[in-house]
Amino acid sequence: MSAQRYKWVGTRQNRPDGADKVTGRARFAADFNLPGELVGKVLRSPHAHANIRSIDTTAAARLPGVKAIVTGADFPEQPDQLLPAGEMQVNLRDVTRNIMAKEKALYEGHAVAAVAATTAAVAAEALSLIKVDYEILPHVIDVREAMKDNAPVLHAHMRTEGVKPAPDKPSNIAKRLEFAKGDADAGFAQAEVVIEREFTTEPVHQGYIEPHAALASASEDGQVQLWTTTQGHFQVRGFCCRLLDLETAQLRVTPSEIGGGFGGKTVVYLEPLAIRLSQRAGRPVKMVMSREEVMRASGPTSGGHVKVKLGARKDGSIVAADVTVALQAGAFAGSPVGPSCMCSLACYDIDNIRVVGFDVVSNRPKVAAYRAPGAPISAWAVESVVDMLAQELGIDPIDLRLKNAAKQGTKTHYGASFGVIGLVETLEAAKNSPHYRAPVKPGHARGVAAGFWFNVGADSSAAAQVGEDGTVTIISGNPDIGGSRASLALMAAEELGIDYNKVRPIVADTASIGFNFVTGGSRVTFATGLAVINATRDAISQLKARAAKIWEVDVEGVVWEEGEARPSSTNVGKFEPLSLAKLAASASRTGGPINGHAQLNAQGAGPGFGVHIVDLKVDMDTGIVTIDRYTAVQDVGTAIHPSYVEGQLQGGAVQGIGWALNEEYIYDKQGRLQNPGFLDYRMPVASDLPMIETVLVEVPNPTHPYGVRGVGEVPIIPPMAAIGSAIARATGVRMLDLPMSPPRLSAAIDAATPAMAAE
Amino acid sequence: MMQAEYRAPTSVDEAVGLMAGSGGKGRVLAGGTDLLVQMRAGMQVPGLIVDVKRIAEMTSIVQQDGDWRIGAAVSGAEIHDHAGLRAAWPGVVEAINLIGSKQVQGRASAGGNLCNASPAADSVPALVAAGAVATVQGPNGRRAVPVEQIPAGPGRTSLAPGEIVVSLTLPARPKGSGDAYLRLIPRTEMDIAVVGCGVNLTLSGHNCVAARVALGAVAPTVLLVEAAAKALIGSTLDPASLEAAAAACRAACKPIDDKRGTIVYRTKIAGVLLKRAVAIAAQRAGKH
Repeated sequence: MSAQRYKWVGTRQNRPDGADKVTGRARFAADFNLPGELVGKVLRSPHAHANIRSIDTTAAARLPGVKAIVTGADFPEQPDQLLPAGEMQVNLRDVTRNIMAKEKALYEGHAVAAVAATTAAVAAEALSLIKVDYEILPHVIDVREAMKDNAPVLHAHMRTEGVKPAPDKPSNIAKRLEFAKGDADAGFAQAEVVIEREFTTEPVHQGYIEPHAALASASEDGQVQLWTTTQGHFQVRGFCCRLLDLETAQLRVTPSEIGGGFGGKTVVYLEPLAIRLSQRAGRPVKMVMSREEVMRASGPTSGGHVKVKLGARKDGSIVAADVTVALQAGAFAGSPVGPSCMCSLACYDIDNIRVVGFDVVSNRPKVAAYRAPGAPISAWAVESVVDMLAQELGIDPIDLRLKNAAKQGTKTHYGASFGVIGLVETLEAAKNSPHYRAPVKPGHARGVAAGFWFNVGADSSAAAQVGEDGTVTIISGNPDIGGSRASLALMAAEELGIDYNKVRPIVADTASIGFNFVTGGSRVTFATGLAVINATRDAISQLKARAAKIWEVDVEGVVWEEGEARPSSTNVGKFEPLSLAKLAASASRTGGPINGHAQLNAQGAGPGFGVHIVDLKVDMDTGIVTIDRYTAVQDVGTAIHPSYVEGQLQGGAVQGIGWALNEEYIYDKQGRLQNPGFLDYRMPVASDLPMIETVLVEVPNPTHPYGVRGVGEVPIIPPMAAIGSAIARATGVRMLDLPMSPPRLSAAIDAATPAMAAE
Repeated sequence: MMQAEYRAPTSVDEAVGLMAGSGGKGRVLAGGTDLLVQMRAGMQVPGLIVDVKRIAEMTSIVQQDGDWRIGAAVSGAEIHDHAGLRAAWPGVVEAINLIGSKQVQGRASAGGNLCNASPAADSVPALVAAGAVATVQGPNGRRAVPVEQIPAGPGRTSLAPGEIVVSLTLPARPKGSGDAYLRLIPRTEMDIAVVGCGVNLTLSGHNCVAARVALGAVAPTVLLVEAAAKALIGSTLDPASLEAAAAACRAACKPIDDKRGTIVYRTKIAGVLLKRAVAIAAQRAGKH
């Protein structure tokens, strides 16, 4: 931790949303209600792949209490091209089909109709009365199966992008992309050790506790209000306006408190349906997904297949890398294969690199973002092979990474060159950590892995409103999923020189603050933080101008220090300082209210690097892995609120541990999900985990006034390979497929040691 | 939506009368940790709910002539807090206490766990190994039924219409006896057994003179594995006998591949748990 440079930044204050959350007063999306509201429910496809010949809603519509029914025909056709919608690049043809199937059901759980009725029971009965005539088609779940020539084709119009000459046949491969640096083949020719392996991962769900929920109220004059749980209400507005042909000024979206998102709440599912049902019914409509619906129909992240080949000299210098990543996109194109390819080798300064990626559709729910989208999948493979190199060469796994670590000036295979980054500092901190310095306990084994995420800037707006008593309201437009309100308030208090508790941050609806890009990419404390700082500085400049007016001096003669205006020198004159409270009280007489504003497109997000260390033991008879000790080390730039930074590191590590050990989507032969709930979709429970230790390395981001780097994505990247490497060192068996669940690990151990299999 | 009549009788006779008169639509509510969940999921739509928690015989733990009689509706938490029962039958108590979570333990009962008839029910292999006998009452009176005969298949019991399980009796056992239950779950709690194994044995010196072995989650019902017991009885629990008993357990398995485990894995784990459970039971037997 850095020495105390600031009064508020870097301190551990209570979060402004804390009291309401621990008392149950906080309102999540399902807590919003309106008089006369109806209950909306969705009919979902029981088939993984089927043509929809017809939908007959006659009987359902006749049921007393049913007020509206919508199907795919109620949503206008959209162009088959990438368009900006709320600043995101999306294919609206696909988005409209994902929220409500048109000609085809593309996965089990795909929405095919929705009803609004007076009660949940009536709505459920109405769903049972809707007759859908399906023509069941062959389906494909696995990514490698989906890539084969004879695989069932999901989209007849799909041609693989990025292949020359352009293919004339449909394919499930939506896109091929390639990144290159140097000459990979020449690099391998110099290598003295070459290791190549193929790895797989299963799709995993973000696992947010709060299911998707939305309440829509459409008025007769065309105005619409929407309350929803989302990481980006401006994106919700953008999507809904496109899909429903509304103007943005007509749709006001209010975000609820959010019960977790992790990337999965950056898209729309229920919102357009609730609005359309409300428009049809003339009454408010509330929709809440069950956990089963969340699992069957909302985005997990991709499963993938990753081939990694690394070549090194005997001294440990990695001279060549060849990586191929194929990711499941779900039923529609758009997996995070791009970032997966880019992040795969970003930790290393390697001269010769080739990375190829494939975006592949299959009959699963469309993937959504999940913490560092795509990066954990390629890192699982690359970091495992780096560990194998360390074993092969007899080099400490941290030393091997230090030898090859990316530094300032390193040019990546995707083109960017790094500015000020802290990978070397992070590796050194890991090496010097109490955990790494402690000997490995008998019967245990240790694993290490690293991870990288770009972090994101983008559009943010903020306002700083000075109240009559000199307290300040900070208004921003990013739903707070990781303690961002506390961090924004800390930076504002630091700028203003007033007590943190005199600053109240709120998250405003789409009509009450300018545009903000989603809460995602670990951008909010960086980019929206920058907007808050600038808005606060705008307010301070107004405050200084008011003081200058009162003192009748030039504004240059006023400085802002410790929460008050002071003359910049004795030359200006002898004036009693004017506090924020005093200036606020006289604002009306000096020019009116004092409000600061800022809007910006934040550039220069500082990349983040993390290194994780795990000690574990393996029950060789059962394949059960017990995590004994776990440490997450990360360059966090500056920890604005250290507790919430640590919380991000711990939460990411835990999600990674679940991904590594137990989480997976299990399908039957018909392509139906068998484990759509937390009983059999096994996220870790508290008793599965030790306290996750953290080491915060602070290499400030030079493009931010307080040195902020995003911190939320990196910590989910290293756990899988760290755990896999520890398992390899414990058992002698290198696992190539996730999850490393007890049945799989046990089978692998038995396969490697035939004597035990006979037991 | 469902609409069920709710009754809370204070005697077994009354409860049996209500169940018998419900036309097959009655369901017994003890802790409700299965029934209410199944109702919410739409898997059960009872016309009548008979809450048995006001019946003294069904909510008490009684020791008589060395036998322990546990009311079918006694909660896991009450069983956990019963020092005498815990000392007498540690394996049975730990099995019952593995049902669900701490919160679920406040409600869940061994009788409910048995009548829910899940092959993965945690308490059942331990009860079967213990030789527990269920007291069943129906319109035609009472009968005593070995616990292993109650489940008939996943979600089905051998109980006749109107019959309810009133209590479970753990028969007295000689000095030098011990029992244990182990289950394998991928997590450390909040999970359902991939395999469960109950062992109850009696030692005379180093010799095993009596044993019962039961397996859960490896067949449509909990299995009493007599061949495994046979391999243990008369042995000193030496490695060869343990391996023979483990092999008998593996041979008895008729599991399925599902989201909770594979046939290969379940079969292997049955043998692993047998050996581990025997070790614990033998250690406990040595202390008695």
